Amino acid sequence: MDMFIYPEYEVVRNPDLCIGCRVCERQCANEVHHYDFDLKKMVADSTKCVNCHRCVCLCPTHALKIVKSQDTYKTNANWENQTINEVYRQAATGGVLLSSMGNPKPFPIYWDKILLNASQVTNPPIDPLREPMETTVYLGRQKCEVVRDGSGKLKNTLAPQLKLNMPIMFSAMSYGSISYNAHEALARAATELGTYYNTGEGGLHKDFYQYGPNTIVQVASGRFGVFKDYLDTGAAIEIKMGQGAKPGIGGHLPGKKISADVSATRMIPQGVDAISPAPHHDIYSIEDLRQLIYSLKESTAYKKPVIVKVAAVHNVAAIASGIARSGADIIAIDGFRGGTGAAPTRIRDNVGIPIELALASVDSRLREEGIRDNVSIVVGGSIRSSADVVKAIALGADACYIATAAVLAMGCHLCRTCNVGKCNWGIATQVPELVKRLNPDVAAERLVNLVTAWNHEIQEIMGGMGINSIEALRGNRLMLRGVGLNETELKILGIRHAGESL
Amino acid sequence: MTITAGAELHFQKLNEAVRESRDTEITVDNCLGQRYIGAGLSGKTVTINGTPGNALGAYLDGAEIVVHGNAQDAMGDTMNAGSIVVYGNGGDAVGYAMRGGRIFIRGNAGYRVGIHMKAYKENKPVIVIGGRCGSFLGEYQAGGIIAVLGLGGEERPIVGNFCGTGMHGGEIYLRTDKLPPLLPKQVRAEKLDGIDGGEIADILRDYCKQFGLDEKEVLGHAFYKLTPDSENQYHRMYTNN
Repeated sequence: MDMFIYPEYEVVRNPDLCIGCRVCERQCANEVHHYDFDLKKMVADSTKCVNCHRCVCLCPTHALKIVKSQDTYKTNANWENQTINEVYRQAATGGVLLSSMGNPKPFPIYWDKILLNASQVTNPPIDPLREPMETTVYLGRQKCEVVRDGSGKLKNTLAPQLKLNMPIMFSAMSYGSISYNAHEALARAATELGTYYNTGEGGLHKDFYQYGPNTIVQVASGRFGVFKDYLDTGAAIEIKMGQGAKPGIGGHLPGKKISADVSATRMIPQGVDAISPAPHHDIYSIEDLRQLIYSLKESTAYKKPVIVKVAAVHNVAAIASGIARSGADIIAIDGFRGGTGAAPTRIRDNVGIPIELALASVDSRLREEGIRDNVSIVVGGSIRSSADVVKAIALGADACYIATAAVLAMGCHLCRTCNVGKCNWGIATQVPELVKRLNPDVAAERLVNLVTAWNHEIQEIMGGMGINSIEALRGNRLMLRGVGLNETELKILGIRHAGESL
Repeated sequence: MTITAGAELHFQKLNEAVRESRDTEITVDNCLGQRYIGAGLSGKTVTINGTPGNALGAYLDGAEIVVHGNAQDAMGDTMNAGSIVVYGNGGDAVGYAMRGGRIFIRGNAGYRVGIHMKAYKENKPVIVIGGRCGSFLGEYQAGGIIAVLGLGGEERPIVGNFCGTGMHGGEIYLRTDKLPPLLPKQVRAEKLDGIDGGEIADILRDYCKQFGLDEKEVLGHAFYKLTPDSENQYHRMYTNN
């Protein structure tokens, strides 16, 4: 039985505008469009369309649009179209459902239920255009002992730090999951901005070693591309314990995505599956984690901070407390709306907790235990705007990781089919003809534009609060008020409801 | 250079001395559990008398380490090149994600030896265990060669359960007459009457030379050779949604 599933989106072509130039046909790796010589016109097969908008953007006469299909099964609040289709797909194949990008389900987005404060009359606002506004952040262990040398001078005992010009970094996306050109754009943008991008677990291409001072190198359970030079090149080393989109799940890059270049960067054979086991099989405890942290510190002579990245899960506060005592310099927490190149649908949509709640509970826990200064906190998954950044910092983060926003800046249209590997925008693909569509010059410039704009907005918002340094905003939850949140939510977030004064 | 470790010397001091030393020949005497010795090291030979701690030779990048004693867990983690020779036993997770170089252990080793070991171009990692080792040998193995020789008797199986779970590359040689228990189904086992040629023969001859063993006795015994079933094992699991 071949069950036809009506496409979720349809390609609509305005015949009055279409000039039959066939740009759409050449641009679509999914082969949606073709010129019908009998009919003498362009036709489209919507069943193949992933709604990436490549054709819509490139059609010179704007003759194309993609619309949500009107076709629906008999309306049912419990069994929605997508739910039914998923059953059909699994009944046909017996496969585990695989999806891309972050959780699309309508869970509460707490950023949108938190409002920011501003100064009025007393403690006047500051105009960031006229007055200095500090957004520089240092990440690393802040606590240090006071030690004096023989002549009574202070010795520098501060642990190594990362200096960020703004509290925003590009989070981990591996070469393999995204393209060479996308990696180049991220590396160059991070360098120009004075911040960092993250290699993800796929190693570092030799061409990008020059961007090492702005690179965070990742070490995951598969240890792909991890060797001495790689560790030495990065400004910091991140141990990936988990990812927000798929907590408790490992990674699996199919052999067909392991091109010659990806193979050289990961240091694995071409065409063979790259499997990252779900756990690090040498880490079953905080003591074991400490061992990996110190083996990395030993092999790089204690010159760089070590980040431990975990997914936001139910016991994240206790886990973070352990990490803060393990010798890690920075904890990165990834919320359940974080993106991914591929994750089992059921995991992505049902596992983990919102980053807002995870962050608030981790920051509170570390403060209660007097170990907040042991580590910096970086949060991601998903930070969508400068307002989200400001709210995250006021909740207790030192800096934010962005990735979905970064790929959007490079041209991604969030069609959520990265797992197929035919990204028409040249981002989530290794197909050479598609990769070359992404111009690294343009993509780097767009990334710089985005982060620069956000940083201006952060300064504007801080100025409005009468705060002139990002340090003074960190953990300043009095700057936040909740709307439409219940008492438990307010308690976890550690904020008052809108309308409540001090 | 000789460093006398003892109970008092902290691993950071010991490792700094090894790193900073201008001598290429370093001896560590009376080693008492100091961790991370030789992490990321290249261009030196470190001889250890005593018991080094966990993560000996992690990210090793060409240095040679010899241990006259027992080694502990996570030895040779993500090792890239070089060699580690242990005259005693090794611990758990020997050669985790090892990509190149050789680890020779004269005695036994623990669980998860060679987990996620992988080969890349001219890099082909090798682990040889003289005695027995625990469960999950070669788990997720993606390349390289592991050999377990079972020297000293076969009253018990020479490897534990679930040998080669998730294996998708490389080779495991077990010097035994009996196939180990609970082999996962994606592993193929082939019986050999002995080793008479190829890369594995060269490796085993080097091993025998290293420890003064009789080549004929080691190579002439029956072996099982385990390799992954060549069918791509995982991609059919998924349905695009």
